[in-house]
Amino acid sequence: MSTLFSDRPVWAERPSLPARAAKNTALAAIAAVIVFPLYVVVLTSLSPASAVNEAGGLVMVPRGISFRAYADLFSGGVVTRSVLVSLGVTAVGTAVSLVATILAAYGLSQPGSLWHRPLLFTVLLTFLFAPGMIPLYLLVSNVGLIDSYWSLILPTAVNAFNLVVMRAFFMNLPGEIADSARVDGASEWTILTRLVLPMSKGVTAVIGLFYAVGYWNAFFNAILYINDNAKWPLQLVLRQYVQQGQQLSSNSVIGDAVQGTASAPNLAIQMAIVVVALVPVTVVYPLVQKHFTKGVIIGAVKG
Amino acid sequence: MTDRSDTVPELARPTPPAPSGGGGRPRAARRIPDHRGDRRPGGRNRRPFLARLRRDWQLLLMTLPAVGLLAVFHYTPTLGNIIAFQEYNPWDGLVGSPWVGFAQFERLFTDARFWSAAGNTLLIAAVQLVFFFPVPIALAILLDSVLSPRLRLVLQSIVYMPHFFSWVLVVTLFQQILGGAGLLSQLLRQNGYEALDVMTNPDAFLFVVTSQLVWKDAGWGTIIFLAALAAINQNLYESAAVDGAGRWRRMWHITLPGLRPVIVLLLILKLGDILNVGFEQFYLQRDAYGANVSEVLDTFVYHQALVTGNYSAGAVAGLVKGLVGLVLILVANKMAHVMGENGIYRRA
Repeated sequence: MSTLFSDRPVWAERPSLPARAAKNTALAAIAAVIVFPLYVVVLTSLSPASAVNEAGGLVMVPRGISFRAYADLFSGGVVTRSVLVSLGVTAVGTAVSLVATILAAYGLSQPGSLWHRPLLFTVLLTFLFAPGMIPLYLLVSNVGLIDSYWSLILPTAVNAFNLVVMRAFFMNLPGEIADSARVDGASEWTILTRLVLPMSKGVTAVIGLFYAVGYWNAFFNAILYINDNAKWPLQLVLRQYVQQGQQLSSNSVIGDAVQGTASAPNLAIQMAIVVVALVPVTVVYPLVQKHFTKGVIIGAVKG
Repeated sequence: MTDRSDTVPELARPTPPAPSGGGGRPRAARRIPDHRGDRRPGGRNRRPFLARLRRDWQLLLMTLPAVGLLAVFHYTPTLGNIIAFQEYNPWDGLVGSPWVGFAQFERLFTDARFWSAAGNTLLIAAVQLVFFFPVPIALAILLDSVLSPRLRLVLQSIVYMPHFFSWVLVVTLFQQILGGAGLLSQLLRQNGYEALDVMTNPDAFLFVVTSQLVWKDAGWGTIIFLAALAAINQNLYESAAVDGAGRWRRMWHITLPGLRPVIVLLLILKLGDILNVGFEQFYLQRDAYGANVSEVLDTFVYHQALVTGNYSAGAVAGLVKGLVGLVLILVANKMAHVMGENGIYRRA
């Protein structure tokens, strides 16, 4: 107890026992509401058929462990392919987005450079209106990107908000360093890669995470632009085999031709698909968390 | 060189500290025009264009990929909205399709389904405003009262997490727990009760979609309030406590006023964003609940154009939504300025 509450300021009174109990219950309940569904899903995906049958559905109490569902998933079927597609799109997309965003953020961060005002304005103006789904669809279709993986990357490659956050961060870096490097004859590219980026690891990690999560979770772009089932990213597979598999409502847009080729829809396999969609996000994000709490967000609010 | 490390701001520090004496120039020095300042707007001794181009071409080149992508995938399709004035068909394309003036608008405004979608959108936005908006504030105050930094970090990690899940994942999880074949129904059935399926019952729609939003984003929403809470001067609390103000009094007279500017700003911004209630969430559950309750403007656009194949009808609905949204943003921003807040943009 004393270690848990040692940071209480001297002037603050100790809350009464009921107040403390109420607060701790509330916090525990909030954590449970978030963690419990994840626990049930993970447990069910790892349960042998007997445990699923015994529970009559999702498993809440562990009774044996089995990796059968994962073995089935990754034996080279629809899910394996979609995981590879999603990983590829996420990797390439994040790289494209980060490079374009960092370059432009730096290019617009030097006070008084040529045309930086109109260029910045064209970036900021995108905040005010979206182009509209249908014209964008027609554009993507007219430039021949339908059923190309690039349709999942290029339309969302540059996020103006991320660009502006990054630019604000670059502008807060001390300018003397870049200036002295310029005097020494360094190119802008050298200044960016050797001086600015090493000082910006945290913000780069956060923006990279935002982009990567966006690509990994991308669903609607794929609904619009990917007609070929073989090219489906994971989120579409998740929807088809888990969400709709349960709902039993067929969507008119996606044919369910592929449905038959999957292995028998079994709850453990479905939950394993959910876990596969879940895990990369939950693994990567705590690594970056300290940066966004401490740095970008608070910096942006106070700055 | 010795104090160079001082001038490098760590991410953790919101504002880089001034270099301390020694060889470092005062921080204000970089505001003084030494490198590019000779071309400040309004400055008189502007360098000739070619000289500026020669010096800044690398910077221009760097902005090219991003600006190019925005030009192709944002500005070009924005121009493509002219199909709202056409009877567009893919075979004739943008040039060959017949022009129909405002006929698409007339058709849209007499379409009951459009007004139903608009009504649903506003209703959902209102419910979100009342039942979602306050949650991150309360949650932030609760988290802020956790004194152990370790426990706080763990709790923050947990509540931020669902923000990074896709809507497909969130809807799937809700289905697994609350759906007709989900955990809750399973337990009810096993104990002799009737199964309860809120995931297809239109009466439960607003409750479920708002719960999903709270589950996914309430934790993430606390970040900005936690930052505002951290910025409140702790001495205020101390003097209030010394003067005999209790816990609730301090919250009412110090904490909430400290949060007020952020709350006002976010409320105003929410107004500008009121037509964007979310898209994938409703698209994913449209079939389960039926279009009557779950059709929002965005899903209406999608179904008009890409299911029915009537591109112009979809585009015109999207254009109307975009224009109203633009007006709302401008109004909201004006309100923010009038109330002394920054808004999302500000005339320099």
